[in-house]
Amino acid sequence: MSLVDDIFIILPEITLVSLTCIVLLVDVIRKDITLTCCVAVLALLITLGQLVAFFPKETNLVFFDTFVSDPVGSYLKIFVCLSSIVALVYAYYGYQTSETKSSEYFLLSLFAVIGMLFLISASNLLTVYLGLELLSLSLYAMVAMDKNSNLAAEAAMKYFVLGALASGVLLFGMSMLYGASGSLSLESIGVNTSVGDGKDLVQIFGLVFILVAIGFKLGVVPFHMWVPDVYQGARTPVALFLSAAPKIAAFAMAFRLLAKGLAEFSNDWTLMIIVLAVSSLALGNIVAIAQVNYKRMLAYSTIAHMGFLVIGLVSASSGGYAASIFYVSVYSLMGMAAFAALLLLPNSETASIERFKGLAKSNPLFSFFILILMFSMAGIPPFAGFWAKWFVLKEVIAAGYLWLAVYAVFCSLIGAFYYLRIIKFMYFDEPKNDDFNTLENSAASILFNLNCLSILMLGLFPGLLMAFCTKMILMSGF
Amino acid sequence: MNFDFPILSFMIWFPVLGGIYIATQQPNRANIKIEALAISIICFISSLIALAYFDNDTAAMQFVEKYSWIAVFNIEYFLGVDGISLPLIMLTTFITILVICSGWNVISDRPHLYLGSFLILEGIMIGVFASLDAALFYVFWEAMLIPMFLIIGIWGGENRVYATIKFFLYTLLGSLLMLVALLYLYGKTGVFSIESMHNVQLNMVEQKLIFLAFLLAFAVKVPMWPVHTWLPDAHVEAPTGGSVILAAIMLKMGGYGFIRLSLPIAPDAANSFTMLMVVLSLIAIVYIGFVALVQTDMKKLIAYSSISHMGFVTLGFFTVFWVQNSTGSWADAVLGIEGAMVQMISHGFISGALFLCVGVLYDRLHTRNINDYGGVAEPMPYFASFMMLFAMANAGLPGTSGFVGEFLVILTVFKANFWIAFLSALTLILGAAYTLWMYKRVVFGPAIIQSVKELPDLSSREMLILSVLAVMVFIFGLWPAPLIDMMHPSVNSLVEHLSRSKL
Repeated sequence: MSLVDDIFIILPEITLVSLTCIVLLVDVIRKDITLTCCVAVLALLITLGQLVAFFPKETNLVFFDTFVSDPVGSYLKIFVCLSSIVALVYAYYGYQTSETKSSEYFLLSLFAVIGMLFLISASNLLTVYLGLELLSLSLYAMVAMDKNSNLAAEAAMKYFVLGALASGVLLFGMSMLYGASGSLSLESIGVNTSVGDGKDLVQIFGLVFILVAIGFKLGVVPFHMWVPDVYQGARTPVALFLSAAPKIAAFAMAFRLLAKGLAEFSNDWTLMIIVLAVSSLALGNIVAIAQVNYKRMLAYSTIAHMGFLVIGLVSASSGGYAASIFYVSVYSLMGMAAFAALLLLPNSETASIERFKGLAKSNPLFSFFILILMFSMAGIPPFAGFWAKWFVLKEVIAAGYLWLAVYAVFCSLIGAFYYLRIIKFMYFDEPKNDDFNTLENSAASILFNLNCLSILMLGLFPGLLMAFCTKMILMSGF
Repeated sequence: MNFDFPILSFMIWFPVLGGIYIATQQPNRANIKIEALAISIICFISSLIALAYFDNDTAAMQFVEKYSWIAVFNIEYFLGVDGISLPLIMLTTFITILVICSGWNVISDRPHLYLGSFLILEGIMIGVFASLDAALFYVFWEAMLIPMFLIIGIWGGENRVYATIKFFLYTLLGSLLMLVALLYLYGKTGVFSIESMHNVQLNMVEQKLIFLAFLLAFAVKVPMWPVHTWLPDAHVEAPTGGSVILAAIMLKMGGYGFIRLSLPIAPDAANSFTMLMVVLSLIAIVYIGFVALVQTDMKKLIAYSSISHMGFVTLGFFTVFWVQNSTGSWADAVLGIEGAMVQMISHGFISGALFLCVGVLYDRLHTRNINDYGGVAEPMPYFASFMMLFAMANAGLPGTSGFVGEFLVILTVFKANFWIAFLSALTLILGAAYTLWMYKRVVFGPAIIQSVKELPDLSSREMLILSVLAVMVFIFGLWPAPLIDMMHPSVNSLVEHLSRSKL
């Protein structure tokens, strides 16, 4: 393949990098948050357009096998771009209504998106690491951006220290894989071992470290400690960004490393993933019940959702991967909407769950959409969250883990409680004080309505996206 | 038969869309009640049309609609009714009209949402009865919880939040295991059509596990002892309309699930679990009957009475195999299932009527405590006579519909085992005791509260609702044949299916 072809394949990434530089200049020269946001959204839209227009039909490895372009990668990238665009629009609304105007947010999120795009397309351990670090460093900075908040500083510190530790662990694991296989390419780190020659022990050892890092990035138990603090400490727009696109990227990393690189060791990593899933489902759902802070509650809910998500990987089959990809797509929609619900309220940094009291009286439509969202997160049909769980459960039952399916549904039963509590506050309780006036219509509230409507529509007609996910996985050769 | 209009879809989606329309109106617009009533009446009329075109001579599904919904999983939008589901759909459309009427002047807080919720609920419940695809069935089955959760939670009594969350989580607990069972069956068959699940071969262990998973789902809904505890709470806290829907229709979903899914999919397991099911039913009938006797809250008493009466339904369903063993003929088994079905329909009318009666009193005095009443007969003679009728029907007086179902079930059970029949027949006395004793304390005797004496009698709206129900109670009591004829071919084919072991 010629260099031109290679460049053509990573054109979306190149475009986004150059446009990000323009955003940087615009931000320096004009210091106008509206303009910065517009240019940033435009940059993402152009990237999105290219991703859709050049959707690959086959797998291509370029740049000395460090970068892979395949349908499933492009699909995840499209979702990353889409959810980042939505997150930026929400964030713009959030920053407009608060005093602190941080236009750095948009810049940092663009850098994070670049990191995610590379991470999703990584076909080499180095690319994985580079993409991951670009993503993580941007996120640390975003969390720390709120200069006046002690909580944010603490959260950023915690996130950074633990994140750095996870990166170190990841590098350690990678070095072992490299040592055993003599290769950095995901295509070959897992294949050139013959079982029983001692090398595979090193590889399994490396696998453990890699899985720890993946667990940290996804935020599954027991590597979840940072999640509640970061979600609570970060400003709402930042937490909103954190809860959607980076989860897709983290999943993509898990998917590339495990399903591609270490597919030969699936017997080993499925066991480990079962442990992660079982503990995340229990801890996430049970601890979320005790939370009185909405953001913290969502953090534990995320942990539980990530537990459900990785169950899809347990079956180590194309159906299971498709189920996980469907789950993460649906989750990114729900996670964003859940934070947007808080963001749209006045004083969005006060995050007590009691804030929702009596909301249905003053804002019936807004509360109705939150109701859809909460039922969807709880996995009640006919909303998208139900089908995401359905798909995963179907695959895990087909793989023969009946007990895991039963366990997962019981955990989601426990989880239903705290989602119901939000609905209870909105619909069954009287407003606490009369600070609720009807929220005015803004671009963000329209977007929120669309976001929740998409959850409803995906719930009524999930077939297309499911079929698409299944097809992507098969086309990409998993 | 030539009937191309998708009448089942219409009956599902018309009230759902109508309900959404009503719920988005201005709360205090005058016309919403009339519009809601019109929607429910149109829905009832379409169910009458379906009844008129229904062919009584076949067990095949009728008015079938089949489209691909989620092609990857072979999930279909597959609707159809037979003689088992159509009566339940009729019951749903009928009761919904009464419920909408009963809330006419009573609900002042967000009436648009109230009416909208009931209409949406109606559509979803019809969806449960009409769906022939397990995935579609499950979606409707759980979606039903959402409007009911709101109805109890928003318009309920003091302890409504506790009651509604308990209701939701309890029912969800049961359904989730059913979900796992359905997905497992999908793994076996590759489709979600209930019909092909009926015909799949399963070994005994699989059947038993599937049966138990279904049992939890349906036993919670029916409800059977010991998973009945959500029902008294939900009933007591729910607004009158909610209680009526709960008792008249939602409880029937459990029974419907047993004969649509449990029995045909896992017949051998049902056979081997007969003893368990019979014991659970008997505990419901006898023990819960005694529990009803000591209640001081009228709604709670009727709630417990509902559990006790639903015990006859499960008893009728699950003695099928015993009857066949002892008499050697499947014909008697058919009678038992038909009796249970009649009992479901009749209980829908009677319990609905009793809850409406309590609602009538509660709207006037705002207490449900039996001891607060007494002497109601004097100021409210019409009400007293209506309630008399329904109390008698609840006690199983011959000539009312309450008698037919229980009699058929007991008759069948006699052929299986004398003592079980004896025990369940004894509870007819118990039923009479708790119902009539409550009636006596509420309606007769001296008035405890002075304001009882000034109570206005039934308004014409209430009169209309109760007389319609009274007519139904008499019709099915005196002439249940059309109902039995309608379900006969379907029940026959069900029993014929049960007679073939899957092992």
